[in-house]
Amino acid sequence: MSVAVLPMPPASVGRRVSSFLYTHGWLFLALLLVPPVLWLGIIYLGSLLALLLQSFFYIDEFTGQVVQEFSLRTYGQLFTAANMDVILRTATMAASVTLLDAAIAFPIAYYAARYAKGRWKAAFYLAVMLPLWSSYLVRVYAWKLILAKEGIITWVATQLHLGWAVDGVLSIPVVGGSSLSASYIGTWLVFSYIWLPYMILPLQAALERVPRSVIEASADLGARPGETFRKVILPLAFPGVVAGSIFTFSLTLGDYIIPGIIGSSRPFIGQVVLQHQGTAGNIPLAAAFTVVPIAIMAVYLWIAKRLGAFHAL
Amino acid sequence: MAKQATTAIEFAGVSRHFAEVRAVDAVTFTIADGEFFSMLGPSGSGKTTCLRLIAGFERPTEGRILLHGRDMAGVPPFERDVNTVFQDYALFPHMNVRDNVAYGLMIRKMPRAERYARAHEMLEMVKLSGLGERRPGQLSGGQRQRVALARALVNRPSVLLLDEPLGALDLKLREQMQEELKAIQRQVGITFIYVTHDQGEALAMSDRIAVFNHGRIEQIGAPAEIYDRPATEFVAGFVGVSNLIEGAAAERILGSSRSFTVRPERIRIAASGTASPGDACSAEGRVAGLSFLGATTRYKVDIGNGTELSVIRQNSDGLPSDDIGVGDTVRLIWEKRQNNMLAADKR
Repeated sequence: MSVAVLPMPPASVGRRVSSFLYTHGWLFLALLLVPPVLWLGIIYLGSLLALLLQSFFYIDEFTGQVVQEFSLRTYGQLFTAANMDVILRTATMAASVTLLDAAIAFPIAYYAARYAKGRWKAAFYLAVMLPLWSSYLVRVYAWKLILAKEGIITWVATQLHLGWAVDGVLSIPVVGGSSLSASYIGTWLVFSYIWLPYMILPLQAALERVPRSVIEASADLGARPGETFRKVILPLAFPGVVAGSIFTFSLTLGDYIIPGIIGSSRPFIGQVVLQHQGTAGNIPLAAAFTVVPIAIMAVYLWIAKRLGAFHAL
Repeated sequence: MAKQATTAIEFAGVSRHFAEVRAVDAVTFTIADGEFFSMLGPSGSGKTTCLRLIAGFERPTEGRILLHGRDMAGVPPFERDVNTVFQDYALFPHMNVRDNVAYGLMIRKMPRAERYARAHEMLEMVKLSGLGERRPGQLSGGQRQRVALARALVNRPSVLLLDEPLGALDLKLREQMQEELKAIQRQVGITFIYVTHDQGEALAMSDRIAVFNHGRIEQIGAPAEIYDRPATEFVAGFVGVSNLIEGAAAERILGSSRSFTVRPERIRIAASGTASPGDACSAEGRVAGLSFLGATTRYKVDIGNGTELSVIRQNSDGLPSDDIGVGDTVRLIWEKRQNNMLAADKR
C-alpha cells in the first residue's frame, strides 16, 4: 500500500514572484516599507522641516515681507510677556488634562482589565470607542450646550439646590468664569472628555499584561490588597499611564478648536499659530510657535524615559 | 522519646464546584508536619485546585480546611502562614532578584539591612549568590525557578506549596532540581506540598503521594505502596506502566475473572514451552512489538483474549540478544505474589 506522491503545481507567474520574494526577504521588506517611508519622509517630515526652516526667518517690520535670512529674532519674540502667557497657559492646560484623564481612566481601565470577561470586555471596548465614531465638532458643541449657563449641569444643580456649588466653582480666580462653557474649567473638562479614550486604551493594555499569578504571589507573600496595588500593580501599569499621557499632552498642546469654542477668549498655542499664519501673514512666528510643542514633548519624553516608562520596550 | 507527628494540613469533606463542574469532590485527608507530600494526577484532576484552596486563592464550596488545627474559612491568602512557588514563577518583573526575594520580608516591615542579609542567605542556599542585581527577564528558566523558591522560603512559612515548579525545565535540569528540592526540604524541615502530573517525579521525591482523578483521591500512600499495590485500575495505569488482565484472560491464568494488574518488569520472557514453577503464572503468546529503550527493552506480547502484555527486560548483558524477535512465540512467567488484585474501580 503506497501513498502516491502528488506532483508540484505548475509554475505560474504568481508562484515565481512569491518564490523570488521569499528568498530575497530584504526586497519584500523594502517593498512593504517604501510607501509609508515616503509618506513619513516627504509629506510629514519634509513639510515639518519646511515649516521649521521658516522659523529661522523673520518679518521685516516696514515691508511686512518675510526676510529669508538666518536669524534668531523670531525666537526672541516668543519671550515677550504675551507670548509666554500663551505658552504657559497651553502647557498648564495640557498637564491638568493629563492628570484628570489619568485619574478617570485608571478605575475604568482597571475594571476592564481585571474583571470584565468575554462579552463584557467587547462591550467595554465598544463603549470606549463609540464616541470616536461621531464628529469631533459635534461632541465639542454638545459640551458647549451642556456647560452653558442655561445648560443641563446648571439645571440639575439648581434642582438639587446645589446652585451655590456651581457658583462657587465659577468664582474660583483665574480658572473660573461667567459660565462653565466660558471658563478654563470648562475647557479642561472638554479636553479631558475628548482625549479620554486615548488614555484608557494604553492603560488597559498595560494592566492586562500584569499576570494574575504575579498579583496572587504578592498576596501569598503577605501583602494586603492596598499594598499589592501600590507595590506591584501601579509600577507595572505606569508605562501605560505614560503612553496615554503622551497622547493627552501632545494633543492638548496643539489643539486650536476646543479653546476657540469653550473657555475664555485668551488664546492657546494652536490658535496663535493659526492666527499668525493666516490673517497676520507672519509665517516665521507661526513656525516658531510650532516648535514650542515639539520641544516640550521632547523634554517630556526624555523625562518619561528616565522614569523607566519604556522599560517594557 | 517518640516524636509526636503533628498535623500540618487537614481537609475535611472539601468540595469545590465551578457551576456544574466538580473540580474537587468531597476530599478528606491529612498531611503531617515536615513531610514531603505530593498530589499527583492528570490535568483537571483537582490537584491544583486543592493547592489553591490551601493557599487561599479559592474558597471551598463545602467542607473545612484546617492549618495546624485552625479553620481557614474566610482567611485570605495574605494572612495564612503558607507560601507558594507558582508554575510560571510569578516573579515581579519591575524588581531585581534581591528585592524579589526580600519582598515578603519588606511587607513585614523588616529593616532593610536585615532583609537583604536574609535574602542573600537564601540566594546562597539555592546557589544563586551574586545574581542579586539582575532582573527576572535576564535569567534562565532554571534560575527563575530558584528565585521563586528562595522568595517563598525566605519567609520561613510552616508549609510550602509547589505548583508543578519543574514543568518548564529540561530533563537533566529537572532531575537535578528534584534532588536539590528534596535536600532543601530535609534541611529546612518544613512541610512541602508538591503538585505534579509526572509520576516519576512524585515517586522520586515524596514521603507520601495522593493520586487524584476527576476531583477525588483514588489512593494515598508511600511511593512503594502506590507502585506495588495500586488500589484501582486508574492508579495502576497512571503510576508507572502496568498490565491490566481481566475477563477471559484472567480466568485462563488465575482461574477467576477478577481483574488484576502486574508490572512489566516482574514478568520473565522466555522461549516457548519453557517449564514454569508450579505456583507461578504463565501465558504463551506471540511477540507483537519490540522497543529498545537504552537500559531496557520493552516487548509487547499478544497472549490471546484481546490482551497484550508489556514486558520489560533489562539489557544487563549488553544489547538485546537476538533470541527473541517480533513474531516469535514466547512464554511469559511471573510469580503469583506479583499480581495485584484490584478492588472495584472507585468512579
